[in-house]
Formats: sequence, structure tokens, C-alpha cells
Amino acid sequence: MPRQFTPKVVTANALLEGDVVYLDPQGHWTRNHAEADLIEDQATADIRLLEAQAQAHEIVGAYLADARKGPKGPEPIHFREAFRTRGPSNYDHGKQEGL
Amino acid sequence: MYAYTDFDRDFLAERNAQFRAQVERRIDGSLTEDEFKPLRLMNGLYLQLHAYMLRVAIPYGTLNGSQMRQLAMIADRWDKGYGHFTTRQNIQYNWPQLRDVPDMLDALAEVGMHAIQTSGNTIRNVTADHFAGAAAEEVTDPRPVAELIRQWSTDHPEFQFLGRKFKIAVTGSDQDRAVTAAHDIGLRLVERDGEIGAMVLVGGGLGRTPMIGKILNDFVALPDLLPYLEAVVAVYNLLGRRDNKYKARIKITVHENGIDEIRRHVDAEFPARKAAFNGADMALLDQIRADFAAPIFEDGQGAFLTHYEHDPVFRSFVDTNTAPHRHEDYVILTVSTKAHGATPGDASSDQMRVLADIAETYAHDELRISHEQNVILPHMPKRHLRAVHAALAKAGLATANVGLISDIIACPGMDYCALATARSIPVAQEIAERFEELKLEHEVGPLKIKISGCINACGHHHVGHIGILGLDRAGVENYQITLGGDGGPDAVIGERAGPGFAYTEVTDAIERLVRAYLDIREDASETFLDTYRRLGAAPFKAALYPEEAKADAA
Ligand code: HEM
Ligand code: SF4
Repeated sequence: MPRQFTPKVVTANALLEGDVVYLDPQGHWTRNHAEADLIEDQATADIRLLEAQAQAHEIVGAYLADARKGPKGPEPIHFREAFRTRGPSNYDHGKQEGL
Repeated sequence: MYAYTDFDRDFLAERNAQFRAQVERRIDGSLTEDEFKPLRLMNGLYLQLHAYMLRVAIPYGTLNGSQMRQLAMIADRWDKGYGHFTTRQNIQYNWPQLRDVPDMLDALAEVGMHAIQTSGNTIRNVTADHFAGAAAEEVTDPRPVAELIRQWSTDHPEFQFLGRKFKIAVTGSDQDRAVTAAHDIGLRLVERDGEIGAMVLVGGGLGRTPMIGKILNDFVALPDLLPYLEAVVAVYNLLGRRDNKYKARIKITVHENGIDEIRRHVDAEFPARKAAFNGADMALLDQIRADFAAPIFEDGQGAFLTHYEHDPVFRSFVDTNTAPHRHEDYVILTVSTKAHGATPGDASSDQMRVLADIAETYAHDELRISHEQNVILPHMPKRHLRAVHAALAKAGLATANVGLISDIIACPGMDYCALATARSIPVAQEIAERFEELKLEHEVGPLKIKISGCINACGHHHVGHIGILGLDRAGVENYQITLGGDGGPDAVIGERAGPGFAYTEVTDAIERLVRAYLDIREDASETFLDTYRRLGAAPFKAALYPEEAKADAA
């Protein structure tokens, strides 16, 4: 039996600000995890990662991160990715700022 | 203090102009990230979890008021109004934007500072005791020797392609505040028959495979020091492993070959090295010494003693945060960045300006950053201490906790660091707040807690009396506790206590440990570390894992 594929999002940091970004279904970069494209198979994931890496004028360090469906859109699974959707825990800085 | 020459200034200006062009070319697409990354790292620009980070060097942790004020200006103009002092005696800005970094570097250059990182497998920045030139018990100021080594090793043709990076630390005191035993080479300057020389330790290091340095030679006279170090590095260059990055540090070479074998090689290599030196290095050392000359100290304590006797808050501050100075009318004042609940090492721009003002007004215009993430006024006249205490209190900088349980070293961990496996800052914040609520820390006395957010050990957890290492266990933060570590003169690597704790369990576990210590210590003069050394780990493990202790007893 083939191994169960954990859905993925493509994530990176924005070149100019360093802020965390995600690839959306239209191939644009969004700052919001819930707007990311949730990829359901390995072959598509590989292709989308390559497309992302080709956009080096906009982003840095693209990689695939595990995610799952949520009520408002894709949600992170690992705590590291959850922190990346918010910002640091010691100040109200980063994405959580002003939320 | 070491003053910039025109050569340094021109060099910095040229480097900054180059980097400005490189940033432009990265943004317009002519440089790929693979091409740009090594360039930005060389200029201290890292990519962290949520943003870029700029790491600014503070050589020997020493800076003056106008430099501190400029750091504050940079924090306000291009960051979020604060900076983070690290365990490596740097300041880090956590939120710079790529386009602004060249301007930040120019602003640093205006006050003779930079973010250039020595990188690659060379001899890295040489570090020294943060009380250098001020401590009462010091044999000699270690900074001239450290600077001599830096100048000798920079661009040394033989040592540009070592097996791995190589770090040297120097102390001039038997208190060893430079953690010399955790460096590739640690030098402890000592006096023997009226002559200054160095005890040479080799093979220490933390990180993945922590090791305490071993004594290679208990006295190398100063004129022999550079040729001796050259012999050591040459032997390492030859014997060190290059097949495996994790086995390439000299600590592994020493571990695998044995200290006696290393010594035999070094002694064989030394005469030829010594013959090639002509004494120019000692003339240079004299010149450097002049750059580090002490200020002119003035006598008199004013009303210090009266204030000390009548004001208990002031007295507690003095007792906890000052150390004896070589001049009896002065103290070394450590300003804690660790108000209970604050982020260890963070200072707001307002706080930086207050520190700059105090240094300029009262304390010979000198500040230091310690690897324990505090700010030091190394030459503080006792007669001005009370005014300084009042000014610090207004700025939230008068917390009397230096060396106590809430004076925690914590690396940035997963709140900022891209390499982290767990958070460290909020763990430190919660422990500090807990012991403040309990009003226990002065009763507990000297106790060093050190926290790292991954195996790289930037938080020095191996040498914490209590060390905390944050790990990722199957997608959950998990904290391993080590006990009995010590970064002082008799350095020891802490021992793992047992299974790790969940994020929400750490503070309770630490409280159980500390309460157990209070129960079993002989009296208030026996520190946590002394008690641990007398009784071993068993009673502390029983406190950490009460369920198991119960099961064993049943
Ligand atoms: C590190 C060296 C020193 C510096 C930079 C320095 C600087 C200053 C400054 C800026 C003030 C005015 C602010 C204030 O009232 O607190 C002051 C006040 C004063 N200083 Fe100093 N001072 C130094 C050492 C000394 C020493 C060694 C003495 C005496 C032996 C002294 C005697 C005084 C006196 C009498 C005052 C008047 C106010 C008071 O009693 O606190 N100073 N000093
Ligand atoms: S110890 Fe790990 S988590 Fe902490 S700063 Fe160093 S690399 Fe980052």
C-alpha cells in the first residue's frame, strides 16, 4: 500500500521584508496561511516547489511544510509552522501585530 | 579603548559600499540567493523565522556612550525600538528590512562599529572576560593578549583552511568569567615568579559533543605564547579529522589522540616556530597595551556608606549587582536586562540611551556586554552609585538579580531562530516570574539557569547549574534538564537528569528542584552547586520525578 501523503503548502520568506509567505492556488505569494494552496500529492508538490524556487526575485528559501484542511483554509501541523503564522511569543510583533 | 585607525575606517567604508551594491543586485535579480547568501552572512545578515536579523559585533564586549546611543538610534529608525544582547557579546536586530541594511551598516560605521562576521574555518573572534581591566582579583588585563592573538591570526596564511572553525578565549583572572574551558583554546593568564604567562587549555567546546578543555601546558611565558599557539594550531591542522564535520573540531582531535600525544607533537613543533619569531610581537603587545590603558581613577566615596546603611533597596542592589573593583572607591556594576518577565538580553532604545548617559556622566564612558546578556559599567565610582541606581530604576534597569535564579541566559530559540527545535525565551520568562511571585530568589542565592533552544547550545545549557535544552519530540516541544554544570574555573558539563518535560511542566519541575535544594542544603552558605556536588544527583532526581521515586520506595 502506498504511504499516506500528508498534504503540503509551499512556504518561504519574502525577499524584501523577510516575512513568512505561502504560495496560493493562483501561484501568487500570500502572507496568510489560510489562503495557501493545499497540495494533496507528491508529484504536484514537487512541481509547485520548483515553480516557487524560480521566483527568487520575490522570496527566499522555499520549502514544503505539512498542513491540513481547516474551517477557514489550510492550517499548519507542526508547532514551528504554527509559530511562523503568528510571530514570536515574547512581543506582539510579526503577523500577530495589530490582529 | 582600542581606537579605529584610518585604515579600519576606509576598509569599513569600502566593505559597506560593496554590500550596498550586492543588495541592489540581489533585489534587481542579478544575484541569486545562492550567490547572495554567503555575502550577506559575511556582513552579519541572517534570515530567521519571521524576518531578517542583523548581528553587530561588539569586540571584547566593549563600547562607549556614543556607540550605545547610535545602537539606540538604529533600533528606533530601522527596527522595532529594541535590540537583543546575545551570549556572544553581539547585539542583534530582529526586524531589519533588506533595503535598509546598508544604511544601518553606514550608521554603525559612523561610530566605528560593524556587522562583519569572521566566517569559514579560520581562527574566529577572540573573546575575553567582561570584567577585564576592572576586576579586583585580576592578574592582568587579558584584552591586550586577546588583541595580539586577533592581529596575529587574521589572514595568517597557514590557518585559512583549518578543519573547522577555531575559537580562543582569554581570561586574566582565576574566576574565569570567559568560560575558557569551553573553547578550542582557552588561555588563563597567571603570574609565576613575577612573570606573566598563560595556562593553555585545549579541546573544550559545547554544542553537539560538549567537552571541557584539558590543560596542555600550565605556564607558557608571554614571549613564547604566539609561537606556542602556532604550534598547537599547526598540530591540529595536521591531525584534525576532515572526513566528518561533526568530528572535525579540535576537541575531537584531543579526545581521539589523547592530551599527552597532542602535547608531544606540540613540543616537537615548538622550537622551529619559536625560531621564526623575532620579538616584534612583544613590541606590538606593548603598543596594544597602551590602547587598553585604564582610565585615571579618582579617590573618594562621598556619601556612599551612609546611603548603603540607610536604604535597604539600594543595599540589596549593591550587594547583588556589584563586584569588587581594582580601585577601592569603585565597583563593577552589572545592569541586569532581566527584570522578572522581560526577555533576557533585550534592551529598549530608551534603556540604551539611559545607559549611554550614565556611562558618559559618571563612569568613564565605558560599557561592556557580558556573555550572560547583561550590561556592565566596569568603572563605577561608589560616590555616584546612588544617583545611578535612581536613574536605572526609572528606566526599569535596577533589578537586583545578578547571579540569581532569574538572571537566566536564554538563546533566542524558536521565537526567532531558524535552527531552533523549541522555544527558550518564554521558558525563561515564566521561571523568572514564578520565583518573583514566591519571593524566593534571594534566599536561594547564586544559581545559574541556562536555556538553549537546540543542540547548538548558544544558551550554554551544558554549563548551567541547571541546564534546559529544548527539543522537538515527535512534533511537541520537550525540555531536557541537566544538573551540576559549571562554566567557572572548575568547569563541568552538566548531567542529564532523566526524561524531558513538556513546555507546561518545566517551571514546576524547576520549582521542585529548588525546593529540594532548600530542604537539603546544610545552611544558607551552601550554594545549589555545592549541595549538588556534596550529595550527587539522586535527591534532585527524586524531586524532578516524584512518581518514580515513590515507585522505587514501594
Ligand atoms: C568617574 C569619575 C567621575 C565622573 C565622571 C564624575 C561626574 C560627576 C557628575 C556628572 C556629577 C553631577 C551629577 C551628580 O550630582 O551626581 C558629579 C557630581 C559630583 N562629583 Fe563626580 N564624578 C567622578 C568622580 C568623582 C570623584 C572621585 C569625586 C570625589 C572624590 C567626585 C565628586 C563629586 C561631587 C562632590 C559632586 C557633587 C554632587 C554629589 O555630591 O553627588 N566625583 N560627578
Ligand atoms: S541554541 Fe539553537 S535555537 Fe538557540 S540560538 Fe543557537 S542555534 Fe538557535
